[in-house]
Amino acid sequence: MTAIAASSVPREMDAGDVPLSQRGPASPEIVVRFGFWLFLLSDIVIFAALFAAYAVLSKETAGGPSGAQLFDRTHTLIETGCLLASSFTCGMMSLAVERLQKMAIYLWAGVTFALGLAFVLMEIFEFSRMVAEGAGPTHSAFLSAFFTLVGTHGLHVTIGLCWLVVMAAQVGTLGLRPMVMRRLLCFGLFWHALDIVWIGVFTIVYLGAG
Amino acid sequence: MFGKLTWSAIPLDQPIPLAASALVMLAGLAVLGLITWKRLWPYLWKEWITSVDHKRIGVMYIVLALVMLLRGFVDALMMRTQLALAAGGAQGYLPPEHYDQIFSAHGTIMIFFVAMTFMVGLMNFAVPLQLGIRDVAFPVLNSISFWLTAAGVLLVNLSLVVGEFAKTGWLAYPPLSELAYSPGVGVDYYLWSLQISGVGSLLSGINLTTTILKMRAPGMGYMRMPVFCWTALASNLLIIAAFPILTATFAMLLLDRYLGFHFFTNELGGNAMMYINLIWAWGHPEVYILILPAFGVFSEVIATFSEKPVFGYRSMVLATMAICVLSFMVWLHHFFTMGAGADVNGFFGIMTMIIAVPTGVKIFNWLFTLYGGQIRFGVPLYWALGFMVTFVVGGMTGVLLAIPPVDFVTHNSLFLVAHFHNVIIGGVLFGAFAGYTYWFPKAFGFRLHEGLGKAIFWCWFVGFYLAFMPLYALGLMGATRRMQHYPETEWQPLMIVALIGALVIAGGIVLAIVQLVVSIRQRDASRDETGDPWNGRTLEWSLPSPAPAWNFAVLPEVEGRDAFWAEKHRARTQQSESRPLTPIEIPRNSMIGVVIAFFAVILGFALVWHIWWMATAGLGGIVAAGLARAWTTATSDEIPAAELADTSHREGAPA
Repeated sequence: MTAIAASSVPREMDAGDVPLSQRGPASPEIVVRFGFWLFLLSDIVIFAALFAAYAVLSKETAGGPSGAQLFDRTHTLIETGCLLASSFTCGMMSLAVERLQKMAIYLWAGVTFALGLAFVLMEIFEFSRMVAEGAGPTHSAFLSAFFTLVGTHGLHVTIGLCWLVVMAAQVGTLGLRPMVMRRLLCFGLFWHALDIVWIGVFTIVYLGAG
Repeated sequence: MFGKLTWSAIPLDQPIPLAASALVMLAGLAVLGLITWKRLWPYLWKEWITSVDHKRIGVMYIVLALVMLLRGFVDALMMRTQLALAAGGAQGYLPPEHYDQIFSAHGTIMIFFVAMTFMVGLMNFAVPLQLGIRDVAFPVLNSISFWLTAAGVLLVNLSLVVGEFAKTGWLAYPPLSELAYSPGVGVDYYLWSLQISGVGSLLSGINLTTTILKMRAPGMGYMRMPVFCWTALASNLLIIAAFPILTATFAMLLLDRYLGFHFFTNELGGNAMMYINLIWAWGHPEVYILILPAFGVFSEVIATFSEKPVFGYRSMVLATMAICVLSFMVWLHHFFTMGAGADVNGFFGIMTMIIAVPTGVKIFNWLFTLYGGQIRFGVPLYWALGFMVTFVVGGMTGVLLAIPPVDFVTHNSLFLVAHFHNVIIGGVLFGAFAGYTYWFPKAFGFRLHEGLGKAIFWCWFVGFYLAFMPLYALGLMGATRRMQHYPETEWQPLMIVALIGALVIAGGIVLAIVQLVVSIRQRDASRDETGDPWNGRTLEWSLPSPAPAWNFAVLPEVEGRDAFWAEKHRARTQQSESRPLTPIEIPRNSMIGVVIAFFAVILGFALVWHIWWMATAGLGGIVAAGLARAWTTATSDEIPAAELADTSHREGAPA
């Protein structure tokens, strides 16, 4: 979407003569996506605070197990694979949205949902294993920070899954009107942002555990 | 069934809280009764509560802020009275656990629900008008933001009646705020009300930033925006970058309190200083979130009342954005005594002194704007001049506190209390009153009473110096903040002077109410027929007062800075005559804001008292309301050209 198309005010002058900042209000597509970008940035600041807390507390095991003793990296690698693959399929869904192909949207949304669900289930499995081993979040500051950082990401993915179901229902009932398409594209941004956060989690929490 | 909530939560055994809560409830019931008796509910519902008009929402923010100013100020008077009495062996009339709640509530309310709410209200009201557009980027989201703020306010005030408020100070430092030392519900009220209103602030920040960056009228390039829009941009960028830190920090404290985590506890590796670092990483940008819009108001007021363009526009913009960036690099100066070492403290001390430079640039720009201008001494200019004198004093004591060795001596003393009241009252509150007086005619179509306005200013100005200059001296004499009584009888005279100052300010507050009543009664004599009562420079003054719901029937074509001033002086024919009116779409009213806030109050209250079924219901209600909105397809109404022509060309509209 180019900036020239963004100008909603019909102008007699050639738009090329007018500086970008003086072309009047942008189109709803641009405004909505820009606002959603700002929301994502704020969400990433939340993660930044949680990363900072994890960095401060990661050595505070209070005599309990450390990350190196607890983490199963093969498990996490498969988990990561699921999420990265779901980001690809989510991208395919966004392409289908732009081409207005309803069946392809359902197909790629379904695959994205399945991969996302697999990610969440694997995380729940990992968490319950750790709690069963006596390494729940109340046992040390390190574990509190770990469960909060990784759990907040997992909560975001879960909310994303609910959102995806709602969007599928919206496509089914409302059709591909501009409002629904805007939301589908925002969902794509959200999903990719969660991927980026996960890259940080995987690198700093799991690979950084030594 | 009701979690921790029992009848003992009502303070039946404590006369002062009981009387206060009874008074608040009576006042609330009286207002509700009056509305019902006058049959105003349909009007309020249609025109205000469900309104998504940025001007209406801005006005509601300011009404909320003024009401909370009364609450916060009563707390202040109680503290000043207590300290005037409790010298030597005396204990005053407030027991420590009550006094602790009062200073915590005073700080929380004044920062979050007076200063912040007032500034967001002014930005909501004026920014779209100044940018020459019809509304903010997301009008319905704007309504949700406002109502979430109101939900936070309601929860804080509920703590007065049911249960207690935090006794931890306005930032609830752990380990004191942890469950081990604050087992009551006070801290939970604090945390949940600020989490809910914090979401509202964040959404409002996203909304206004998108508006300013993506919605300006044709020709309104960045370097043509009024200074107030620049400061609003900086302030809202800070909201987006800083408020998530607050949300995350409070979430960690909540996990500690509710699920036994160990972020900030004394045991099992928790680190209380991490909370203090994180909270100030939000808290220092927050003070610039408050002061930058006030700087913007003063820039508008000083330029308008000097009949000159603002001096050094580019340096003003640069200074604003410099403060925006630097505000994230000074947080540690709030706790030099943590013991981070000389190098770290040195860095933050120097950064703090550096941030005073752009502020100084602004002061000189305002002085040079006044210089050689045709100055009219209107009430907004009174506030602006009072601000410049007072804020410079506050800024200089701030630079004193920025020197780590000095700070070690004055840390948490009344010197500090005097400093931040000096900048927040002298800066933010004076700016709030300047903006309130300046834009009031645009909101309601008539001016506020001039003489009473000046009297209000003098009460606040004199009252401020009487109340806080003694605190500087007391701080240097060793008086600490948050003390309920003190043994040194030689402090008492200064404490009494401070109380007298607070009483003078109280006079200013009473006069503000009188001014509102008198102005409404005499409104026919002070009608703003031209829409331009102050000989203004920016686009909001090109509209009739009060402005129509859609602001601009035809979006203005901006050709330079001070667009309306230029237009007046070119004496051009009105644009709407040269360009035909076309029908426009305006967003339809929506009740989703108030519905979500209703369920948010239920959710917050239930979480405070551990009533899990009710919390589930509250969350379910929010989700259901969101889904209902997601399936709403008819979201705007068309205004036909005939109606646009009818209103924008009414008698007295600017030519």
